[in-house]
Formats: sequence, structure tokens, C-alpha cells
Amino acid sequence: MIYKAIVFLPLIGFLIAGLFGRSIGAKASEYVTSGLMIVAAVLSWIVFFNVAMAHGDGHEVIKVDVLRWIQSGGIDIEWAFRIDTLTAVMFVVVNTVSTLVHVYSIGYMHHDPHRPRFFAYLSLFTFAMLMLVTADNLAQMFFGWEGVGLASYLLIGFWYKKPSASAAAMKAFIVNRVGDFGFLLGIAGIFMLFGSINFETIFATAATYLPAEGAAESAEVIGNIFGMELTRAGALTVICLLLFMGAMGKSAQFLLHTWLPDAMEGPTPVSALIHAATMVTAGVFLVARMSPLFELSPDAMLFVTIIGAITAFFAATVGLVQNDIKRVIAYSTCSQLGYMFVALGLGAYGAAIFHLFTHAFFKALLFLGAGSVIHAVDGEQDMRYMGGLRKHIPWTFWMMTIGTLALTGVGIPGTTIGFAGFFSKDFIIESAYASHSAAAGFAFTLLVIAALFTSFYSWRLAFMTFFGKPRASADVMHHVHESPQVMLVPLILLAIGAIFAGFVFHDYFFGHHYVEFWKGALFTLPENQILEEFHHVPLWVKWSPFFAMALGFVTAWYMYIKSPSTPRRLAESQKVLYEFLLNKWYFDELYDFLFVRSAKALGRFLWKKGDIGVIDAYGPNGVAARVVDVTRSVVRLQSGYLYHYAFAMLIGIAALVTWMMLGSSM
Amino acid sequence: MTDWPILSTVTFLPLVGVLLLLLTREDSAFGRRNILNVSLLTTVFTFVVSLFIWIGFDNSNPGFQMVEKHAWLGTGISYHLGVDGISMLFVILTTFLMPFCVLASWHSVQKRLKEYMIAFLLLEVVMVGVFVALDIVLFYVFFEATLIPMFVIIGVWGGKDRVYASYKFFLYTLAGSVLMMLAIMAMYWQAGTTDITELLKYNFPGGIQTWLWLACFAAFSVKMPMWPVHTWLPDAHVQAPTAGSVILAGVMLKLGGYGFIRISLAMFPLASDYFAPFVFTLSVLAIIYTSLVALMQDDIKKLIAYSSVAHMGYVTMGIFAANVQGVQGAIFQMLSHGIVSGALFLCVGVIYDRLHTREISAYGGLVNNMPKYAVAFMIFTMANVGLPGTSGFVGEFLTIIGVFQVNTWVALFAATGVILSACYALWLYRRVVFGALEKESLKGLLDLSGREKLILYPLIALTIFYGIYPAPIFDATAASVDLLVNNYAAALQAAQDLAQTVH
Repeated sequence: MIYKAIVFLPLIGFLIAGLFGRSIGAKASEYVTSGLMIVAAVLSWIVFFNVAMAHGDGHEVIKVDVLRWIQSGGIDIEWAFRIDTLTAVMFVVVNTVSTLVHVYSIGYMHHDPHRPRFFAYLSLFTFAMLMLVTADNLAQMFFGWEGVGLASYLLIGFWYKKPSASAAAMKAFIVNRVGDFGFLLGIAGIFMLFGSINFETIFATAATYLPAEGAAESAEVIGNIFGMELTRAGALTVICLLLFMGAMGKSAQFLLHTWLPDAMEGPTPVSALIHAATMVTAGVFLVARMSPLFELSPDAMLFVTIIGAITAFFAATVGLVQNDIKRVIAYSTCSQLGYMFVALGLGAYGAAIFHLFTHAFFKALLFLGAGSVIHAVDGEQDMRYMGGLRKHIPWTFWMMTIGTLALTGVGIPGTTIGFAGFFSKDFIIESAYASHSAAAGFAFTLLVIAALFTSFYSWRLAFMTFFGKPRASADVMHHVHESPQVMLVPLILLAIGAIFAGFVFHDYFFGHHYVEFWKGALFTLPENQILEEFHHVPLWVKWSPFFAMALGFVTAWYMYIKSPSTPRRLAESQKVLYEFLLNKWYFDELYDFLFVRSAKALGRFLWKKGDIGVIDAYGPNGVAARVVDVTRSVVRLQSGYLYHYAFAMLIGIAALVTWMMLGSSM
Repeated sequence: MTDWPILSTVTFLPLVGVLLLLLTREDSAFGRRNILNVSLLTTVFTFVVSLFIWIGFDNSNPGFQMVEKHAWLGTGISYHLGVDGISMLFVILTTFLMPFCVLASWHSVQKRLKEYMIAFLLLEVVMVGVFVALDIVLFYVFFEATLIPMFVIIGVWGGKDRVYASYKFFLYTLAGSVLMMLAIMAMYWQAGTTDITELLKYNFPGGIQTWLWLACFAAFSVKMPMWPVHTWLPDAHVQAPTAGSVILAGVMLKLGGYGFIRISLAMFPLASDYFAPFVFTLSVLAIIYTSLVALMQDDIKKLIAYSSVAHMGYVTMGIFAANVQGVQGAIFQMLSHGIVSGALFLCVGVIYDRLHTREISAYGGLVNNMPKYAVAFMIFTMANVGLPGTSGFVGEFLTIIGVFQVNTWVALFAATGVILSACYALWLYRRVVFGALEKESLKGLLDLSGREKLILYPLIALTIFYGIYPAPIFDATAASVDLLVNNYAAALQAAQDLAQTVH
């Protein structure tokens, strides 16, 4: 019952605000949706303590049936919840952040005339995300997956009058659909291999799916996928890669990342909830959930690691030079998701989910803080027109600083003193060093460099926004004001999470209590010893992210506090590189050329030359030329043409009947 | 209840309405009102009666139910009706959509209203007839007869180029029907019966199956329509009045799919198996090609028409995957598409009635003054895109799963439709609904009227209901589809065994 309440309370909120928002008014819509979210969040923490933190007898998964869904032949899909530690962790992340964002939005969206619709969308998103994380089978997960995509589409395009917002919304949906294309095929493939898409059956079958080393079946071809004759191991790899394609779309990984920065067109609370803390981590959740399959496919894992590492590095480089405050944080999110995928690829699922957990707090904090800054300076998002805001909005400044400290991973290596990001990020970097994966060295190097960049762009953001001389117009500066309580309280609560989440929980997620905590929700093969090994990395490895972080801080301090003219000179002397980064490695231009324009051109070609030029010309119109006299007369109902047809048909039937009569009498 | 001929009743009930309409006169506002009321009552009543078919339907019985059989002309052709799990829901779909057609024509049809309604009621008779006919000659008569009222509807009440469109529609269909006629003759000659239940049991020899299959394919692929014989559909849709488009997309396209399942797949399993790769190729081409063409359309109706062709690609692909998921998915996709595409055409009708243009560029920013319309259109757009939670997802999902087991390449190419449909549908929505309200001509538009809400809201409810709880449809179709698929597999197996003993 408690589980149904958690999942369906947001849905009820959505329905009330969505259907009756106009009649009950904006205030009531806000209170109803936020109130229901608060209840759901409290229940989520209760579930978290009952399921994850309790010392149960282990390995038990709670299943809650809701309704039948699709039954067709061998496919038997129900709406059902699967509750284990992984779900409980996601419950806490999703509902906590969502509740705080709901409350924060009451202040932030204060002037917007469409508040009922906004809150309805927020609750709809939360519901879809909860369906995703509680899914008992891949189809329901796909429902949540697409549902959050829809909510994201609606919220990015919330200010529908702005053409850029509509375009960004569409782009987000379509790029996500490219990933979903892989996800859908992956589901079909899983059904082919396992005869079911329910997790229980998949996991049970997967455990003994691969034949033992050297067994006769190991070379046996079990099927042909996309023209490749595949053994069991090969088929599994293909399917894991297809599923991962879905994850790449949703989590904005390299090549499918282009939608995330544009998604910042949406209202800032949306960016905090959807494009930082929850939806974009769905891909991480998917891979963690499917760990029993991924664990069996070293090739797929290698691919995950490489893509993750490239994303972490690539997004960090772009983040270095962006001027829009939200875009910097967006690229930072993209980069941090790359970290999580590296952890997944190395088999350190606990570390990945731990980073997801801590990242949700400090990244939501940073986004909401950025929202508070934007709110203060009258909607300005360009950091070149900020500066010197520290004194004017002290609460926001301190909260943002906590977020920055957490993101850059400040802490003392070798001890358990540090901000949330210190624990989770260093776990990943150390795992990368300790891993035996072929891509381990590659990933370790890129992640350390990315840590340096992270520190640089984070402090650059802080310095450009809060320090130095005000660059905004006097008029704006005159109106700068601290945000109301309703916005500050969520910031403070998130800041508490950003400070303590790492310290309190690191032993559970990826430490001594790993086994009791996860209770088998994350599957690892016996030979996967990364949990043990990452403890024994050399001291310099433990210190390397710390030095990277310190170096980034010092550089940012030098360039934006000590000698503010340096960035300009650097940009001018390294023009090509600067432009390359500023234009995001030219991905948008490349995709526009490769896909958008070519699809349009091809569509036009097929229409004009294919349908009209060939099919019609040689088909009906060609015939028409011969019977053109007849067609001219077809104007009115009484035209002979219709009668011709009816007559011909009658004659045909008469002929048939006559013939059959004759036939039967003979 | 059992000996009451409910299928005949449902089939011919609209004729009562036709008789009443013949008695009315159209020359006054009062007369016009009468015509509308009679038509609406007839279609609603027919729908209500047809629900008794579903109520009385035994889900566990895979065979034909509520059978009526009377000798006719003493020729071996009989008046034989019945429904099974495959056909029953199409009857309901047809009777369900008719009242919406009447409502959609409430104001938009100004001339010859009486004849218009008569054409629609006659159309209903013959469409239901196709689905309940259990004699292949009867089937053929109904199948061909659907052409006449639709031809008239497009040709008389259509748009500017209605003559060209109706002519094109006619020409395509004629070519197919002549061949099907020949096939029916050959089947009779071979099997000595025209009874569908007998024909289903009859094993046609392999060589003849090929020719019969091709002849029937000609007829059904045009109706479906499959690439490359699809070009009549966009023109027909564009020119047809709104209600005509609804019926065209909602029911008439399904006649082809129904024919494929009932005749091609069930009676000619060997040929179906042989030609499956061919059908897959055309299906995949339909999905990719027409989706790309849809992307570039500047006429709203044409865009939706092309998207219909793409969606029918999933149906043909699912049918010839010939497994339970494929066939059930195809049936579901047809039913869902009947509701969703019908609703999309009704949505276009709503704004066409206000502005009398279908040009996409004439619109923009409708969400500002038509928020309710924007919500309805959004839901149907999402269903068209196949968003889970709407009925559009279930059919697409199952057909892809079904075909993946048969041929992964086909599944791969078909799944690109997931991306392409999002492209054209969302782009259309963005251009029509989103944006600022800048065009003067749009500023005075009013949101949905009471009548329009009455049309669109039930369709929204069904779209979401069947997306979340499609079980009633699967329960009704399961037994019959299982039987069909098993017979199909058995026939292939038998042919294979025979081939082995010969060698």
C-alpha cells in the first residue's frame, strides 16, 4: 500500500492540477501538488530505512501487483512494482528533489500565469520517473522512460511562445527517441533470448545463461541478429549495447548529448529536477538494474566505460568556456553522468549509484542556486552580465559555494572528511585505476583531467557570478534582491545533503556494508572484486583528484580574480581552440548537416520524384491520359462514370453467379 | 437470444435510417435538423446494438460465433455470417466511429445533406458486412461495394480537386478488385465451395496458392495501402470531407489488413511464408519512405495520411511475421489506428471548419486561444508517435517484438519509424499549436465547442484506456489468433514433412 501511495500520489496531484487547475486556481494547485509530494517524500524515506537500511534476511524483493497490461502469446506483462534497495534509493532521490523543486517553484514561478499547468507537469514527471524506477519489467520501464521524456518535452517547451523553447523541446524528444530506438530493439532481443521481459525471469535465466568456459555450447550459434551469426555471449553483447543506446540517449552521453544543453530553455527548477537530478540518471539506473546482463558481457562493459570517459572529458572541455550560467551546469551534469557510466562499465555499480545519489543533491542545489541568481538579476543568464553579487544575495552565495565544494569533491584524501562529491567521485577515479578493464588507464586519465576542468569551470562560475565588479546595468543592480524563504529553504535542505550525504552513506553504497545494504539488487560476478581492490590503490592515486581539483581552483582564481584580463588574451591567442570549444565541438552543425537537412532533402525528393514523379506518373496519371475523356465527365453525382462502375460490378457478380449456377448444375 | 440474428440486425440496421431519411425533406432548417437527428440516432443505436455482439461473445471459443446461414440462389453461395475474435472488434470499431462522423458533419456539410447521410449509412452497412461475411462471394460484394459510397462522398462533397482524387481512388481499387474476382473464381473452381469456413479447412496446393495469394495481394495491398500503391490515399484524404477521412483512415484501410489475415494468411500459408520477405520489404519501405515524405508535407491532412501509410506498414509486417505477437499486435495496431487517426482527422476538421484551410503555414500559436484543443491534439499526436500509455504503443511494440523473432533486420528498419514518427508529428504540432499567436486570422478562433468536446473527449478516454488496459482486446482476440497461428505453423510443417518424404 505504501508503495502504491508513493507512486500514485504524484499522479493524483497531476490529475487535480491538470484537470481542475483552472477552476481551483493557481494557489490551490501549488499546495495540492506540493502537499502530495511532501507526503510521498516522507513515505520514501520510510521505505528507504525499511528496505535498504534494515538488516533483513537479504535477497528478498518485494513485488506489488497493480493491473494486467499486455498478454499476447509468450508475452505476459503486468503493471507491477519491484521494490529493492535500488528502487528505494531512487525513491529517495526522486521524491526528495522533486518535493524541494515543487516548493521552490512556488517562489520561482510566482509571476507566471500558467502555474497550474507547470505544477501538473512537474507531478506528471515525478509519476513517470517513479514508474520507471519501480518497473518490474522492461515494458513498464519503457513506459516510465518515455513518460519522463514526454514530461521533459512539455516542460522544456513550457514557455511555448519562445521559438527556441519549442525547438529545444522537440530536439530533446527526438534525440531521446534515437536512444529509445535501441532500447526498443534491446527489449525485443531480450524477449527472443529469454522468452520474457520480466526482470525476475530474465535475471533467473541470465545466471546460468552463458555456458561454462570451454563447454560445447560456447561456440554454438543461437541466432542471427542483424546479419551476425551469434553465440550466446555474442547475442548478449549485442543486446546490452542496444539497451545502452537507450541509456546514452536519456543520459545525454557523447554523440547523443546534444539535446541536454538546449534543454536549459525550460524554467530553471525543471533543469534542476529533470536535467540534473533525476531523468538524466535514468540511463545509469537502467544499466545498474540490468547489471545481471551487463556483468556477463565484458565487451559491452568496455564500450560503456569508453563512452563514459569520453563524455566526462568532452563535456568538461565545453563547460570551460560557456557563458550562460545554466549551460555551464548542464555541461557539468553531462560530464558527471560520464563519471557514473565509467563506474558502471568497470563493474563498480555501487559507486555509480552513489555518485547518482550525491550528485542529485549538489547538482540540484547548484541549479536551484543558479535559479535564485537569475531570479535576483531579473532573468539574466549570461555570466558576463553578472559579477559582484556576493554581498547582495548572501544566502544564495553560500549555498552555491557549498554546491561547488561538493561538485569539485573537496575533502582530505585518506580520511572520511569531505563533501558529498569527494566520496563518490573519488571512488570512481580510484576504481578506474584499480580495475582490470582494458580501458581502465584511459578512463583514469580522462577522469582526472575532467576533475581538473570541473574544478576550473565551477570556480569560474562562482567567481564570475559573485565576485569582482558588478557588470550588470545599474538598473538591474538596484533591484537585486535575495530570494524569498520558500526558495531558500529547499536550497538549505539540499545543501545539508551536499555536505553530509557522502560522509553518512559511503560505507553502505560502496564500502563495508555493501552486501547488507544492496541485498543483491546490484549483481556482480564472483571475479568482480573492484569493491575490494579500489581500497588498495597507491597513495598518489588517492591524491590525484585532490591535486587536480586544487589546480583547477588556483587557475580559476588567477584568471578571474587575480588577473581578469587573462581569459580574453587566452581566447584571442588560441582562437581556433576557443571557437571549437565555444561551439561545442561543432556537433550541432554536424548533425544538422548529416541528419536534419539530409532527411528533409530526402523526404522532399521521395515526395516530388518518387510519389509524384514516378508512381503517379506511370500509375494512375498514365492511365488517366488514356481515359481523360471519361474523367472530364465525372463532375456530378449523376455522371455516367459511377454507374459504369456499379454496372461493371453488377455484371461481374452476375457473371460469377451464372457461372456458378452452370457449374453446380453440371 | 441465441437464435436472434444479431449480426444481420447490426449490419442492416442503418438501412432503417436510410428509409427514414428518404421520407424527410431538406428544404428547411427543421428538415435539416431532422436529417441530422435521424442519422445520429441510427448510428448510435446501431453502436449500442453492436455492443451486444461483444457482450455475447465467448472469448474462449476460437471459431465463428453467432453464425447465420441461409442458402442463397441455390448455387452453393450462401448468406453466411459470423464473427470470431479477429473480426468481432472491427465490427465494433465501425459502428463506434459512425456517430462521430455524423457529429463531425453537423455544420460542415451544407449541400445535399440527406444524400450525404444516406451515403454514410450505406457505407456502414457494407463495411460491417465485410467483417461479418463468411462466404467469400458475399465478402467480395461487400468489399467492393464499400467503394461506391466512398467514391460518391469524395466526388460530391470533397474539396477542390475531388474529381482527380476520387478517380485515382477508383482506378487503384479497380485494378485490385478485378484480380481478386479471378482469385475467388479460381478458389471456387479448386475447392468447390465459397464458404469461408470450408475454405479455411481446405488445403490449397502449393502452386495455386502462389497465384491466389498474388491476386488477393493486389486487392488488399491497395486498400491497406502498401507502398508503392499508396498514392491514392493522400489525395483521397485531402479531398474528402472530415467524416470521409475518418472512415477512410479508421475503417476502410482495415479492410485490407482484415483481408490479409482472414484470407491470405489463413488460406494460403505456404504462399504467405514464401512471400513474407517481399511483404517485409514493402512494409519497411512504407515505414521509412512515407515517414520521410510526411515530414515535408505542407498540408496537415496529407501529413496525417502519409503517417497512416507508415503505420499500416507495422500492420502488414506484424501479420506476415505470423506469430502470436505479430498478428495480435497487427490487429491491435489497426484498432488503435482506427481511433487515433480518426481522431487526428477530426482534430484537423476542428480547425478546418474555422479557417477553411489545411495549410500548415496558415496556423501557429493555437495553444494561446485554444488550450483545450491543444491538449486533445497533443494526446493524439503522442498516440500517433506511439508513446507508451496510449493505445498507439501497444500495437507497435508487439509487432516489433513479433517481427524481431522472425527477421531482426526488418525489426531494425521498422524501429526507425519510432524516430521518424516523432520528427514529423512533433514538427507538425510545433508549427500548428506552439509559438506566439501572431497571425491576425487566428486571433478570433474559439476553443472547442460542446459538440467538438463530445467528439474528442471519448476518443481521448479510449486512447488512454486501451494504452493502459488493453486486456479486453487481447482477451477477445487471443483464442482465434492462437488457432490461426497454430494452423499456419502446422501447414508449413506438413509441407516440409511432405517435401522430406518425397526426397
